[in-house]
Amino acid sequence: MIPAAFDYVVPRTLPEAVAELVKRGQEAKVLAGGHSLIPLMKLRLSTPSFLVDIGRISNLNYIREEDGHVAIGALATHHDIEFSDLLKKKLPLLSGAAAQIGDPQVRNRGTIGGAASHADPFGDFPACLLALDAELKVVGPKGERNIAARDFFVDTFTSALEPDEIVREIRIATPPTGSTGTYLKFSRRSQDWAIVAVAAQVTVSGHNVANVAIGLTGMGSRPLRASGVEQALRGKGAHDEDIRAAAERAAEGTDPPQDLNGSPDYRRHLAQVLTRRALEQITAHH
Amino acid sequence: MRRRVAVTINGTSYEHEVEPRTLLVYYIREQAGLTGTHIGCDTSNCGACTVEIDGHTVKSCTMFAVQADGAQITTIEGLAKGSTLHPLQQAFWDEHGLQCGFCTPGMIMAAKQLLDRNPSPSEREIRLGLEGNLCRCTGYHNIVKAIQAAAKVMAPGAEAKAPASVS
Amino acid sequence: MAISQMVGASIKRREDPRLVTGTGSYVDDLPQTAIVHMVVVRSTDPHARITGIDTTRAKEADGVIAVFTGKELLSEFGAPLPVTDCFVPTKKYPKHYPLAIDKVRYVGEPVAIVLASSLSAAQDAAERVEVRYESLPPVVDIEKAIEKGAPVLHDEVGSNLSYDVKFAAGDIEAAFREAEVKITQRLIQQRLIPIAVEPRGVVADYRTWARKLTIWSSTQIPHFVKVWAAVILGIPESDVRVVAPEVGGGFGSKIRVYPEEILTALASRRLGRPVKWIEDRGENTKATHHGRSQIWDVEIAAKRDGTVLGIRPTQWLDLGAYCSQFGTFQVLGMLVAQGAYKMKAFDGRAVGVFTNRTPTDAYRGAGRPEATYLIERVMDLVARETGVDPVEVRRKNFVRVEDQPFTTLLGLTYDSGDYRITLDRALQMVDYQGLRREQAEKRKQGKYLGIGLSTYIEICGLGPAVPTQAAVGVSLWGMSVVNVHFTGKATVIIGSSPHGQGHETTYAQVAADVLGIPVEDIDVQHGDTAIGPMGMDTYGSRSTALDGNAVHISAMKVQEKARKIAAHLLEAAEGDVVYEGGKAYVKGTPSKAVTIQEIAVAAFQTSRLPKGMEGGLEATTFFDPTNFVWPFGAHIAVVEIDAETGATRILRYVAVDDCGTRINPMVVDGQLHGGIAQGIGQALFEEAVYDEAGQLRTGSLLDYLVPTAADLPSFELEATITPSPVNPLGTKGIGEAGTIASSPAIINAIVDALAPFGVKDVSMPATPEKVWQLMHRNGGTKR
Ligand SMILES: Cc1cc2nc3c(=O)[nH]c(=O)nc-3n(C[C@H](O)[C@H](O)[C@H](O)COP(=O)(O)OP(=O)(O)OC[C@H]3O[C@@H](n4cnc5c(N)ncnc54)[C@H](O)[C@@H]3O)c2cc1C
Ligand code: FES
Ligand code: FES
Repeated sequence: MIPAAFDYVVPRTLPEAVAELVKRGQEAKVLAGGHSLIPLMKLRLSTPSFLVDIGRISNLNYIREEDGHVAIGALATHHDIEFSDLLKKKLPLLSGAAAQIGDPQVRNRGTIGGAASHADPFGDFPACLLALDAELKVVGPKGERNIAARDFFVDTFTSALEPDEIVREIRIATPPTGSTGTYLKFSRRSQDWAIVAVAAQVTVSGHNVANVAIGLTGMGSRPLRASGVEQALRGKGAHDEDIRAAAERAAEGTDPPQDLNGSPDYRRHLAQVLTRRALEQITAHH
Repeated sequence: MRRRVAVTINGTSYEHEVEPRTLLVYYIREQAGLTGTHIGCDTSNCGACTVEIDGHTVKSCTMFAVQADGAQITTIEGLAKGSTLHPLQQAFWDEHGLQCGFCTPGMIMAAKQLLDRNPSPSEREIRLGLEGNLCRCTGYHNIVKAIQAAAKVMAPGAEAKAPASVS
Repeated sequence: MAISQMVGASIKRREDPRLVTGTGSYVDDLPQTAIVHMVVVRSTDPHARITGIDTTRAKEADGVIAVFTGKELLSEFGAPLPVTDCFVPTKKYPKHYPLAIDKVRYVGEPVAIVLASSLSAAQDAAERVEVRYESLPPVVDIEKAIEKGAPVLHDEVGSNLSYDVKFAAGDIEAAFREAEVKITQRLIQQRLIPIAVEPRGVVADYRTWARKLTIWSSTQIPHFVKVWAAVILGIPESDVRVVAPEVGGGFGSKIRVYPEEILTALASRRLGRPVKWIEDRGENTKATHHGRSQIWDVEIAAKRDGTVLGIRPTQWLDLGAYCSQFGTFQVLGMLVAQGAYKMKAFDGRAVGVFTNRTPTDAYRGAGRPEATYLIERVMDLVARETGVDPVEVRRKNFVRVEDQPFTTLLGLTYDSGDYRITLDRALQMVDYQGLRREQAEKRKQGKYLGIGLSTYIEICGLGPAVPTQAAVGVSLWGMSVVNVHFTGKATVIIGSSPHGQGHETTYAQVAADVLGIPVEDIDVQHGDTAIGPMGMDTYGSRSTALDGNAVHISAMKVQEKARKIAAHLLEAAEGDVVYEGGKAYVKGTPSKAVTIQEIAVAAFQTSRLPKGMEGGLEATTFFDPTNFVWPFGAHIAVVEIDAETGATRILRYVAVDDCGTRINPMVVDGQLHGGIAQGIGQALFEEAVYDEAGQLRTGSLLDYLVPTAADLPSFELEATITPSPVNPLGTKGIGEAGTIASSPAIINAIVDALAPFGVKDVSMPATPEKVWQLMHRNGGTKR
């Protein structure tokens, strides 16, 4: 189908883009990679009358390390992230997750800023950003503010963004040596969204787990942290039994949905299995 | 509300006024008259509309023509050089990598990207590289074989690398 | 059959250069001038009375040319959409018009059409058509549909029951009395959406003053569409031309006369301009018919040694909201449910019901996948219950080669085949004994390997004139015209209408062998009712057994005429002249030959023709074979189940198929690959899900899971060749065999893998969650 008619502007800078959003109010929407928005518009499930295409704002697709942080521009595509040497080395959780999003064509267009802003509970990046304690740098008419990932994802398709705010950058503290991560995604078909996925970042020191963060995709109306698992494992040994016992707590405090792809029970079970497998995979390297 | 869009498709420049809501795939098919790029769905799943934009494959049904303003686009019609088929086109032909042919243009464009990025992929890598393109006729078996055959031809110093075998 | 070079050769397809370059023309690609775009307004309610349609706002919208409702067009429908008997002449069914008149009965049913100068304008306006519905309770469940008090879809039918008929032979009571083992099982054939990658599409152009209608449609049946468009629109059939241009797959979904073919034509006649409708995928999942949608209940009578004595199957078929043109074709499944096996009695019952869902009709295999799924699951159920190996159960019950031609209990006669040979070869290929040992080892480690067999036989090549006339109202001949031109090149016109099957190549191979004309010089034309006599189109793996053979026969007729002309030119007795390799010569003196090129020239020069012979070098054939053809084979799937997630991974897929003579083995294998993939799709991924309110929840390629390359394995194929005795080329069909065989092979493999958990059946699609639940329903305890 063809989307409903709309008008369109291509700002060259972020302030211009914000100004357009302020001017147009509720009827306007930001267009980045378009790979969540355009499908919705084609089905006429979304009918914005004005699009602010931020896709041509320059220097917003960087991926770099600065002052102990990895900084990713909002327009970095899933493909940029998947193939970034820096991320493969420092944040394999993120590059690994990127590689599992949709398909190659989708990854060529979709952006991390869009994926975060869309706040899809089945999206792959949100759980990663949550597990990595990322911070989102956001610009709006009142200037810039930082939102922690745990505050950013509010509900299904709802973020902490105001309608006239734009995500500019995603910042993640560079993990210390000995810290690594993985993203395990379970779906029925290769190109599909997750039924459940687990984002795990673990810092092992010696034979102990110094730190652990588990993000869950598809286990509620927003990405969740498996805090039960984290508590059970943090500061403990990284032995098989420890991991197994901890992983059993993966579904604590979650509220997984019932849909065509899976029942809540199955999702809870998958969360446990994937969590255990992720932890085993990471600790096996040590 | 119309916007001017100028693009280069297969080396030819096009310039048109379009509504912002015009999807790139319709621009390519109707304005540029290149109907080799097909439409097989409305949820961005089938890949029949795959084209290359500034070196990256894109589902042209999931992009507005205005977003492509200024871009270099390659469609299936741009692959053959004169009367010589692109090695992928030739391999799809040789290996019976198509039946009804409707998915084929998108499939070949996806395969091109795959080999551009990874000149000697394993069978698994080929299959994953095609995950955005649906074919209902071939069961993908001969598509995989075709891509393996093309990889062999396209690889610099070809013979050295034998592709992973199917069946 | 002449000694051949081309038949049996895997030559490259002649259709491909245009297709790999994107220069083939599907309906949406046709050049268009002054075209009007049609959008169909469809019902959003599964069951409702239409109390009013307000088109005012739509008519006022930019670019709109006209809006029509069913009531407005009713007087122009000379007849309702066609329905054929298809094995159930006693069925009751309602009249079905291209647009709903006063009631809607499924989500997606056409309610009105909007015509506008651009597609976007038509879509915008369609949203402004206001249809007022008075909702009625929907019927979405096969069994509930015929419960007392169920809401009735069609008052003119009186209930939701269309038919309830028996197909029985042999003494079933005796079989059950003799039985040492009795098994009862319910098998589900979930509803499937065919999903040809090209959705349907139509361009219709009615020229008012010429009074001629041309319809370009993405269809498998241009010839049938021509007949019915003429009847429904009241236009002489001679003034209707239907063209199937490049068609992007069908799989049965483009096998019937559809409302949009009539509606575009009607609109074009009204507006005096060409009208185009291109189905979008969301529409396609609701407006193009679905397949399967059946429940099969079966009772099995068997002996402890694995001998099957008889079966008592009931097929509950969900027709959907109307009886589609070939809607009861799937009852064929009942007729062939005996499979490759002997038994003493068969007691079948077939029931058809209406529900508030998209009508069902043929989908790749149409009845035969259901039959094969039934009988191949029966073999495995008997194996499980008796402890006899599934291979042995099959061997014990097989129809033997000595029994051929074998007549089934229901009176169908198999043409040929030794079913043990394909099975033995497939077993060798997978190393069956080795696999069984590996399976036992793995089980000890908590890993679940499964081996699934499917030793199918299928009926195809529709078909012999008498039985097909009884089933579908016309005799399904093979049709061909072979015409050698003045310059010695040839045109072949065929009655089949390929959409991916490669007839342009394979039938040129057939003609090339007979005429000795190079394949490159033979053009095969199809899909246009204006170029030749009535053809019977493409479905049911019929084309090569019928039209392919018709090409052979026409070519033989041409060869015979050429030989006569040659005799005249050589001044020899007709009986002394042989024709071979494109030349004719007097026996023993091949050096003094006349070539087909020379003969072709003479055919157009009266002075050089034998006295009284008509000019030209052309022949037409309507081929009526003596029987259906019965391909067969053995498929073996090897799967591994992830015990924690329930996910199935196919480790190997091995198939040995026998489709008689293989004209182009590469094309045959391609048909098998695609067929197997579709069967795997049914076994593991696909299902059209409706909610209780009658809404389709899988109405896009996002939720209806067509497998991708990454979800499928490569396939290992081998073949045996048992030429069919019923046609001159010895060919059988292969278009559906893969689909027919593969679903049961996969499900048998999964059930086999889950044997330690006491699992005897898993319904399709065997989703990871379903498998996981089966493994864990007793807390994961193993038997
Ligand atoms: C076929 C297909 C399969 C997919 N599969 C997956 C999958 O498996 N996993 C997955 O995670 N995703 C998947 N996606 C979604 C994909 O990752 C999207 O690219 C992503 O969700 C959105 O990014 P975008 O840049 O395309 O955003 P857009 O579509 O442009 O925008 C999405 C939303 O975010 C807003 N927005 C965008 N950028 C910003 C910004 N910088 N600041 C403020 N608001 C902004 C927009 O206004 C809009 O509301 C799939 C998409 C498709 C089409
Ligand atoms: S048409 Fe673009 S993905 Fe299907
Ligand atoms: S060749 Fe028909 S869909 Fe791929």
